[in-house]
Amino acid sequence: MSLNLDSKIPSGPIEDKWTKHKFDMKLVNPANRRKFTAIVVGTGLAGSSAASSLGEMGYNVKAFFVHESPRRAHSVAAQGGINGAKNYKNDGDSTYRLFYDTVKGGDFRAREANVYRLAEVSGNIIDQAVASGVPLAREYGGLLSNRSFGGAQVSRTFYARGQTGQQLLIGAYQGMMRQAEKGQVKLFPRREMLDVVIVNNRARGIIVRNLITGELEKHEADVVIMATGGYANVFFLSTNAMACAVTAGWKAHKQGALFANPCYTQIHPTCIPVHGEMQSKLTLMSESLRNDGRIWVSKIQGDTRKANDIPESDRDYYLERIYPSFGNLAPRDVSSRQAKYRVDEGRGVGGKEAVYLDFKESISRLGQSAISERYGNLFEMYEKITGENPYQVPMRIYPAPHYTMGGLWVDYNLMSTIPGLFVAGEANFSDHGANRLGASALMQGLADGYFVLPYTIGNFLASVGNTEKVSTDHPAFAEAKNRVDAELSQLLKIKGSRSVDSFHKQLGRIMWDNCGMARNEQGLKKALEQIPQLKQEFWNDVYVPGDNKSLNPELEKAVRVADFFELGELMCRDALERNESCGGHFREEYQTADGEALRDDQAFCNVAAWEYKGASVAPQKHTEELVFEKVKLATRSYK
Amino acid sequence: MSENQKNLNLNLKIWRQAGNSEKGVFETYPIKNVSTEASFLEMMDQLNEELIGQKKDPVAFDHDCREGICGTCGFVIDGSAHGPLKKTTVCQLHMRNFEDGATLTLEPWRAEAFPVIKDLVVDRSALDRIISAGGYISVDAGSAPDGNTISIPKPDADEAFDNATCIGCGACVASCKNASAMLFTSAKVTHLGLLPQGQIEQSERVLNMVAQHDIEGFGSCTTTGACEAACPKGISLAAISNLNRDLLKAQLTAKSLPSSQSDVV
Repeated sequence: MSLNLDSKIPSGPIEDKWTKHKFDMKLVNPANRRKFTAIVVGTGLAGSSAASSLGEMGYNVKAFFVHESPRRAHSVAAQGGINGAKNYKNDGDSTYRLFYDTVKGGDFRAREANVYRLAEVSGNIIDQAVASGVPLAREYGGLLSNRSFGGAQVSRTFYARGQTGQQLLIGAYQGMMRQAEKGQVKLFPRREMLDVVIVNNRARGIIVRNLITGELEKHEADVVIMATGGYANVFFLSTNAMACAVTAGWKAHKQGALFANPCYTQIHPTCIPVHGEMQSKLTLMSESLRNDGRIWVSKIQGDTRKANDIPESDRDYYLERIYPSFGNLAPRDVSSRQAKYRVDEGRGVGGKEAVYLDFKESISRLGQSAISERYGNLFEMYEKITGENPYQVPMRIYPAPHYTMGGLWVDYNLMSTIPGLFVAGEANFSDHGANRLGASALMQGLADGYFVLPYTIGNFLASVGNTEKVSTDHPAFAEAKNRVDAELSQLLKIKGSRSVDSFHKQLGRIMWDNCGMARNEQGLKKALEQIPQLKQEFWNDVYVPGDNKSLNPELEKAVRVADFFELGELMCRDALERNESCGGHFREEYQTADGEALRDDQAFCNVAAWEYKGASVAPQKHTEELVFEKVKLATRSYK
Repeated sequence: MSENQKNLNLNLKIWRQAGNSEKGVFETYPIKNVSTEASFLEMMDQLNEELIGQKKDPVAFDHDCREGICGTCGFVIDGSAHGPLKKTTVCQLHMRNFEDGATLTLEPWRAEAFPVIKDLVVDRSALDRIISAGGYISVDAGSAPDGNTISIPKPDADEAFDNATCIGCGACVASCKNASAMLFTSAKVTHLGLLPQGQIEQSERVLNMVAQHDIEGFGSCTTTGACEAACPKGISLAAISNLNRDLLKAQLTAKSLPSSQSDVV
């Protein structure tokens, strides 16, 4: 069976598509909206903004989240900024330029129409944030400040010091809490979505586990929105928060939602390296540091000298050497991969996975106070974590998994292949192609929640009507609940000898070594043998203490890791079948003579969307061809 | 790994409580070979891995981002909320700040408004309800004017930001002898009140948020400043002065008081 992946891109010129579509879509009369209920899973930027917007319109919203408070979702940790094509700086920015940069930055693997809409609403997001009280950075004249970010040639990034994600999330959260007070949004804290319920080929509810009591709850609705984030924690060590997981998305995938481009992962070049076996997560250092820091390693393999004892003549400033024009500012994927090559050559700091980021030259040129003014808080954070003073010794950095561009396949309306199941934010695949540009994740999350879903959800609900209500007594709810119950009971029954974390770390290592910054056929095939073996061992030998009647963090982790095994396998399969290099997906077999990514636009100018076929059956790949009408396919070059 | 890496042996005296209605007790756990490079929560992970290996119940503690911004983590170490380091959440506290052989006492935030869920995990949803009572600006998506329509003096925007950096962790409550959440409440009142777009609802906001604060069972503020000392984000006590000013003004001048406010005036 081949699925028809209809992207439902509206006809007409790209500049008019969204406007035309907004007019063509059906509306729900304000008086009728209270007759509909929407479930929103996840309360990061996409989930909070969707819940508050739908509540404001008059829909009944039920918001579910794993934390005790919706404000704790991982959007809170984003540092850098949010793009908005306001052209406040009069430096040539426009909707078209933001669109163009995003398509190119995504290495021509994103859908043009979606990206254009994203750029189109980017300015409205800034307005909405300001009106909600988000304290974005300002100039002395009182107007909003912008900076250039991630190598962009225009200043279009709005920011709130290094805490832009926190401030935007609190803004969206406060909007949602206002609706909670009015009774339009009902909050369900400490609930984890463990399955989607489908009735008559339409998503009609979810099964959640109450993390405090262990109870499995059935919730029905007219439409289900998943804003459940990314899956970088498949690597165990990533910059994601500990609870970030693929579980909600994976359960939907197993019920029929296609999973698109799982191999597109972003590895951020400047993170604090691993300190030892007990490392639990990695901390990002803003890449703005690369504006003044020089990246180097020793020219000598296995050099054990201290950084300050290594003379200039023995230092290899490899990014400046290989990319003379971009130097230390080479894009994220390129910088990350080059760091990996140095470590593979045995030239990492102290033989470990780390390279130096050195401010000595900038400090002697600009003075310590100038550097401190620019990066003081980052230097403090670095010292807090490592115990080393970066004014005196070079920082040690290494790339770490940071964001996942892949996710559940959605059409232009953000609806998955399950009717009535919408997916927003990092959880969907739609806007970033094979590589996300800096300051674009926050933009996408809020675009989906504030300005896309409020329209497309209405269109869907108006189309299906509200006569066909279902209750949680429907057998489909009992069936889904039984599926979840069986999995939880199984995990608790094994009582083997190894902890959940020990398996997760081992899986993470396989993924990092074989499906990380650089991939090749041999490694991916090896991973595809190792992962199922480890998965089997997990299901035979994991030890999950306690029961399912109270708070049990180990059980929560076990469910998530079980799904990461299956996702990891799909990521490797996707990476193996994509015989080209693009953005965050670098296949060593496909590179130019200079070692740059070599796309194959003949064979792979498409979205790979995978269909789950059963536990012991290989998944089936479907493709959506990508058509570039506006932006000409070209090779990225940073030499 | 830093060249100064060492291993520590510690004794951990930890509050164990199976559930809200159960009685809690301190249990002592020795732990060996804790790397000075590890964070405090990584040390807790290490303890839990050992407990799981011995088929014992691991210690429950809240945590998520582990970079000091989500506000999920937090417990008391030797009497200090988030431990001994200033302006540092427990997830960003590293073991190099402790001496080999030390005994550390860990207990949950203790406040009537924060019921214990298990071990070191408490329920802080009372803070969300304070926000719900007025910690927002009433603006629906789609109705916002252009972002540069309203100019805001940079010093005001910066001060609003400083107050908006509150992570809602509850350390202010845990360190207050009255278990007051006034630093939390006033940070939000100050953040929104400094902005022209937040001024419109400021009187109702402050009245409603303070009323909800009291309904939740948080204590009164006696301005001891313990909250400011414990705040991992360095929120200033000046926020409470701002709140008191705005509260007094609201009580005297509010055009229409919400019904819940009749006993406040």
